[in-house]
Amino acid sequence: MTRAVIIAIACLLGLASIASAQQSLPPAPLAYEQLQDPAQEAAAQDLMQTLRCLKCQSQSIADSDAPMAGDMRHQVRSRIAAGEEPEAIRAWLVERYGDYVSYAPTVSETTWPLFAIPLMLLVIALFVLRGRFRREAK
Amino acid sequence: MIAELGLAALWLAAALAALQLIAGALSQRDESGELASLARPAAIMQGLLAGFAFIMLLWLFAVTDLSVKLVADNSHSAKPMIFKLAGTWGNHEGSMLLWVTVMALAGSLIALLERRLPERTMQATLAAQAFVGLGFYAFLLLSSNPFERLPEPALEGAGLNPLLQDIGLAFHPPTLYFGYVGLSVAFSFAVGALLTGRVGPDFARAMRPWVLGAWIFLTLGITAGSYWAYYELGWGGWWFWDPVENASLMPWLAATALLHSVSVLAARDALRAWTIMLGVVAFSMSMLGTFLVRSGILTSVHAFAVDPERGTFILALLILYVGGALLLFGLKAGSVAEGERFSVTSREGALVFNNVMLSAILGIVLLGTLYPLLTEAFDVRVSVGPPYFNPVGAIFTIPMLIVMAIGPLLRWKGDSIRRIKLPLAIVAAIMAAALLLVIVMGDYSILAMLGLAIAIGLAVGSFMPLRGRNLRRVPIATWGMVVAHFGLAVALFGMASESAFSEERLAAVEIGQSAQVGPWTVTLDQVKPVAGPNWTAIQGDLSAKYEGGETAILKPQTRNFWAPEQETTESTLATRWNGQLYAVIGNEAGQGRWQLRLWWKPFVTFIWYGGILVALGGLLALIGRLRGDLKRRHAKARLEEQARYRDEEAPV
Repeated sequence: MTRAVIIAIACLLGLASIASAQQSLPPAPLAYEQLQDPAQEAAAQDLMQTLRCLKCQSQSIADSDAPMAGDMRHQVRSRIAAGEEPEAIRAWLVERYGDYVSYAPTVSETTWPLFAIPLMLLVIALFVLRGRFRREAK
Repeated sequence: MIAELGLAALWLAAALAALQLIAGALSQRDESGELASLARPAAIMQGLLAGFAFIMLLWLFAVTDLSVKLVADNSHSAKPMIFKLAGTWGNHEGSMLLWVTVMALAGSLIALLERRLPERTMQATLAAQAFVGLGFYAFLLLSSNPFERLPEPALEGAGLNPLLQDIGLAFHPPTLYFGYVGLSVAFSFAVGALLTGRVGPDFARAMRPWVLGAWIFLTLGITAGSYWAYYELGWGGWWFWDPVENASLMPWLAATALLHSVSVLAARDALRAWTIMLGVVAFSMSMLGTFLVRSGILTSVHAFAVDPERGTFILALLILYVGGALLLFGLKAGSVAEGERFSVTSREGALVFNNVMLSAILGIVLLGTLYPLLTEAFDVRVSVGPPYFNPVGAIFTIPMLIVMAIGPLLRWKGDSIRRIKLPLAIVAAIMAAALLLVIVMGDYSILAMLGLAIAIGLAVGSFMPLRGRNLRRVPIATWGMVVAHFGLAVALFGMASESAFSEERLAAVEIGQSAQVGPWTVTLDQVKPVAGPNWTAIQGDLSAKYEGGETAILKPQTRNFWAPEQETTESTLATRWNGQLYAVIGNEAGQGRWQLRLWWKPFVTFIWYGGILVALGGLLALIGRLRGDLKRRHAKARLEEQARYRDEEAPV
């Protein structure tokens, strides 16, 4: 946790070199501004919380002051406002930045164990419980 | 001189640990041998020497002895005394010395006090403790010597990272280390019992206070860390499923499972092999946590040791201990009888269910934490975050919480659902009613709605074991269980409420203008520059009015530190019984307007109140158990005295 804080700050400063160029520009309009329609804003918020701030570690773009996170928030909000589906926006970002940008892994060649192992755990858990209690019942 | 004394004490302590290991191990063959009597004194002396070495390091930091490399690298003569002392463990070498010291002192305590177990098991336990200790002594002395001198004293120290100069951080590492080390003692007991095959209620009673103590410290450490991230980060998040957070959560999950299975073993002499296994797993998770945060595999402020050699050393220790213990378990588990039997509908049955679910949750956190590291080794970068952990974890958490609400009502060994059908019906009705209510209230996420309903049902269910009992005669340990279970319900309610009902408002306002968030109207009264000892800041003075009622004054800041140059946001909170207003001031937004970030988070504080209640429940259980142990010891002593008296009286 301490680390998260440090990273947050590192996000601000570690980037000082890039940021100094970027900060001279005002942040993108929708980086710090909500959408008028509460339903659209909620959809944007839900999506932003599942996208990784690429310049930070373990923070979503909804939790970061990094300029890049601000730009990504602007992208998400403006696309939602334009009527795009959240999952389409995610796909667009994944195409641009790779799987790493999305906190919600999808089943793929590299991630299938993330889904297979919990299923296995579930089966093992049921098996252990059944084995244990069937023996007792006898 | 002080540094040399410390180093000498550390070497002596390591030598005594070696003696303790040899004495303990040899006595397994020849119990009456002279060596066997050496293990306990060696353990006690080892603790004293390690403690002495640590005091010497504290001393060096207190007087800022700049001829010592560690002090010169991490301290500064002009620092306040509290941070000079806390700085002792605010670095890699010092924190490893703290770990070893706490572990050695724990070894002294069991050598001094623990007399219930068969002597052979005790010897094996002390040998295991020494074996684990030796690895850390080797690590310290060979690759992380805290007492190393500089060829020439430095003129001034390099100072401590200003972010680590926080009272919370002064206590954060010791809290977690007490937790980790407590689990190392449980591990030693498990290995000792495994070696001699003597696993029973006495073993469980000897192990239990250590598990409970470790669990209390881990609970507090996690709770405090979560609150700290919440107010420091400036975005209102309180848990990020960050690998470092998970590194503390995993030992906690294992310790929670162990705590419950050790209770079954103590009360009913059942679940013997399973308890031993959990003892091994819990300590493995501590070691893994240490490895993750200290090896530099994660870039983080915790990773003082960026030196790859050190990371390799910790990894080698991890593999040696965990692999060794698992091998031993595989070889010996067959010789540990399973213990007493019980039926599905019994207290033990419910606890087995809890244990299996906790283990599965632990498996998922472990998987989600390690998998990205694993794929990164193959140059594939994936992110595993809340959208994965929350639903996948919930598959196991929800059934566990439901069983938790009724499990404590069941009797040991065998019971029937029919006997507890009234409280069962009450809890089920309350859960169903609460669920219905939140469904009617609005469109929230499924997990949040289930969380709210289960929290309310669990809160009621946690008090059910007290139903129809004379409250003055309820044992303290039972109160502990009730308080801890209720605390979990409170924390769960806070989490679900935060997730379902939080309102966010980002606004750009001029001086004198207001913004609305939830029931609050927040007015920006003025913006002014302020200065601190090593920073300047922009401060916004806000007055926040709660539904036209009371007014709170908030003063959030954006701080600029100048040495080293850093910008931080200092959020401010207005706390009411039913939630918190969270305010942050951002940049100037042009045309005299300022960015405000405001959140209204209903019942968010319940998360941490709940955590504190859980720890308090653990403390009550610990007090109750220790009192029970003392009573038992007195009764035994009295019986022995009576027996001796009779023998003397009896005619020859």
